[in-house]
Amino acid sequence: MQLYATELMGSETYDDQGHFVGRVREFFIEPAEQPNRVSHFLLSRGRFQPLLARHDQVAAIAPGTIRLNCSERALALYRPNEAWLAVRKDLLDQQIIDTKGRKVVRVNDVELAEQRTNGNVELRLTQVDVGLPGAVRRLLQGVVSPGVIRKLQSKLPQRAIRWEFVNLVEPDPLRRLKLRITHEKLEDLHPADLAEIMEDLSAAERQGIIASLDEETAAAVLAELDARLTTQIVEKMDPERAADILEEMAPDAAADLLAELPKETSDELLEEMPGREADEVRELLSFGAATAGGMMNPEFVFVGESSSRDEVLEWMRSQDLNLDQLDTVVLLDQSAQFSGTVPVARLLLAASQQSLTELRMEPLLSVPADADETDIFELFDKYNLRTLTVVDQEYRPIGTITVDDVVSRLVKK
Amino acid sequence: MNWESISTKMEGLRTRGSDLQTRLRSLRRRLTLLLAVVGPGLITSNVDNDAGGISTYAQAGAQYGYALLWSLIPMTIALYVTEEMCARMGVITGKGLSDLIREEFGFRPTFFVMVTGFFVDLANVVAEFAGVAAAMQIFGVSKYIAVPIAAIIVWVLVLRGTYRQVEVIFFAACGFYLAYVFSAFLAKPDWLEAMKHTVIPNLSFDSGYLVMLTGLIGTTIAPWQFFYLQAGFVEKKVGPRQYPQARADVFIGSVSCMVIVFFIIVCTAATLYASGHRNITDAGQAAQALIPLAGKWAGLLFAFGLLNASLFAASILPLSTAHVICEGLGFEAGIDHKFREAPIFYWLYTILIAVGAGIVLLPNAPLWKILIFSQVGNGIWLPVVVIFILLLVNRRELMGEYVNTLTFNIVAWATAVAMIVLTLVLTYTAIFHSGSPSP
Repeated sequence: MQLYATELMGSETYDDQGHFVGRVREFFIEPAEQPNRVSHFLLSRGRFQPLLARHDQVAAIAPGTIRLNCSERALALYRPNEAWLAVRKDLLDQQIIDTKGRKVVRVNDVELAEQRTNGNVELRLTQVDVGLPGAVRRLLQGVVSPGVIRKLQSKLPQRAIRWEFVNLVEPDPLRRLKLRITHEKLEDLHPADLAEIMEDLSAAERQGIIASLDEETAAAVLAELDARLTTQIVEKMDPERAADILEEMAPDAAADLLAELPKETSDELLEEMPGREADEVRELLSFGAATAGGMMNPEFVFVGESSSRDEVLEWMRSQDLNLDQLDTVVLLDQSAQFSGTVPVARLLLAASQQSLTELRMEPLLSVPADADETDIFELFDKYNLRTLTVVDQEYRPIGTITVDDVVSRLVKK
Repeated sequence: MNWESISTKMEGLRTRGSDLQTRLRSLRRRLTLLLAVVGPGLITSNVDNDAGGISTYAQAGAQYGYALLWSLIPMTIALYVTEEMCARMGVITGKGLSDLIREEFGFRPTFFVMVTGFFVDLANVVAEFAGVAAAMQIFGVSKYIAVPIAAIIVWVLVLRGTYRQVEVIFFAACGFYLAYVFSAFLAKPDWLEAMKHTVIPNLSFDSGYLVMLTGLIGTTIAPWQFFYLQAGFVEKKVGPRQYPQARADVFIGSVSCMVIVFFIIVCTAATLYASGHRNITDAGQAAQALIPLAGKWAGLLFAFGLLNASLFAASILPLSTAHVICEGLGFEAGIDHKFREAPIFYWLYTILIAVGAGIVLLPNAPLWKILIFSQVGNGIWLPVVVIFILLLVNRRELMGEYVNTLTFNIVAWATAVAMIVLTLVLTYTAIFHSGSPSP
């Protein structure tokens, strides 16, 4: 039978002799043992110290009454334990992440299922109720009879999340470790979804989630988050870890983030980053935010214009290239000046010995680093560009602007 | 010629110039920082001067002249102290007030706070639309035309506009309160007398005077504003680093709110009180009475101020109420969701506006009674909300080092107790002496 935490709270508990022991005030789960089994029942006895019944001391469970298979003397006295998840305190009314529905929801009630093993009954947490039925139960429990509540809630639309898809939010890192809360499930989400989820949480909770993600995911999520939140998060982070995450980010995203931070913080983080990455970011930071230099990504793929299609493909395979940047290949002439671009799609369809000069896109477009962003938007619109090359005073390419840079800036406007 | 002295002078000028430049730049930086955070405090405090509020201020000036002006300074402090706590909670925890009540006190207390909130706010919405009707009457527009149009404008504005657009409109609405400043100047008050009464308390134990005093306080500090204020800071994602700016925002809001109240009281005191028109019951009557006394423009500006305030509050109240209720009870909320995703939110919002405007349109609507009910409701709800705020803001596991200091707690609890006592008095008088402002 399906049971609800709300129905069981306050149940009278009797020992094997039929003597009254106390009322259930809390259920604990010991995630280190079993992630979904109710391991202990807290029994309050008025002015006496509360007792604890272990899961193997319970013989029968029904709403309102619980029977034990041992005597009162076999029960332990209650002592708080940080490694236990308390259903009422840590779950009910709190926010959790529904990893399947990809959003933050509030727990109204918790659904439990009975499981009979030899001689005792165990409770397994099956789902959390986040819909109207749970709300009605919480409101009316103890006011009207359970039968009426059951009838009422059967008419309401159900909204429940299976326990496997629930990700708890716990800002305290120590407690998180003790409760074995990992964020593996979150790492499977798309960074943009995760960023949206994090916007619904409080500052401390966001900090907790970022802290437990791997650096690559953390970098991807930070790049998607609202700029205000990113700066808050990075400022509170340990500088060493922040630098590690920045390193994983695309240099232009890292520069955007650092530009929002106070000068001392961004200098400190740049110190922590490895030399080459830091130099790239520093250079980007020297450009105005609303210019081509401030928009571009200095990591791009470039080859000599005289190479053939096969040579280039061969070379690209041998490199560890970032796929996001692999949309267009930039061509250089003998004096390392910009001589055009070739979309990778065109490269794919070309004959194997064709030289890249023949595959070049017309017209030949580039912008100087101080070009204004509105001019860039117009170029993208007019020529339906996917990438645009930025060149320095000597006409050497120093970075590329991709269409997603343009879109995200336009959306912000 | 002494070139050296000239060049040192030039050098001095140049450094001073660049000094000024850096100082200007840092000032500009500070201003942009403030502007990024400003909003919730300013808007919330100004919305306090809603239809019900303006009626009370107009009455206060008409019945007692400048005599009640001294109460504005303690009121500013009370407003600032209570709002600051909410701003702090929003900034530090990143959660709305209803969220925190739910997480810390459980489902049932939240449910009852939300249900009471719904009905009290509904009464307030009715009062706002009644304000629209009264103001438009001065301009010669029937309420049967004005109120439905106002309801539709409000509904569309919030549902179709983005958060930024809506905020800009709200800022403009804050600016329109200046109508009262002009209106007051047109009334040609005795400024010296007014300033004197603002600084020097003038206590009287006349029962009518005390009722008016509690009325002033009761309408200025409304319980729903705390939810809106805190949600505003959460929505703007203001973090602990910007807390000083958030506090400045709340401070500017409280002071500017009281400045407007000052001008409203001065305006009616200089005209209605001075000429003996002391028995007015609402802001519409005050505007009407101003026309023969201080000229057509003073009356029209007064009415325009009332219209602006009523529309402003009518746009914020339903939205804030729907938001708070959905958040507290765990339903999807917010205008960035589609109707299908957040049906309860949109239904609550629509019901509040439709019923609020609908009641005003009933031919024999007991508007006076509803106004009193909204005041009584605020009075009953306020102590509950303020006590929740004080309990929450003192929880160390929630606020960390940002819990109230002892001094702040003394001031805050004293304010809370004073406010509670006064609103209970107001509630009592509203129930038992309703409708007849004592002569």
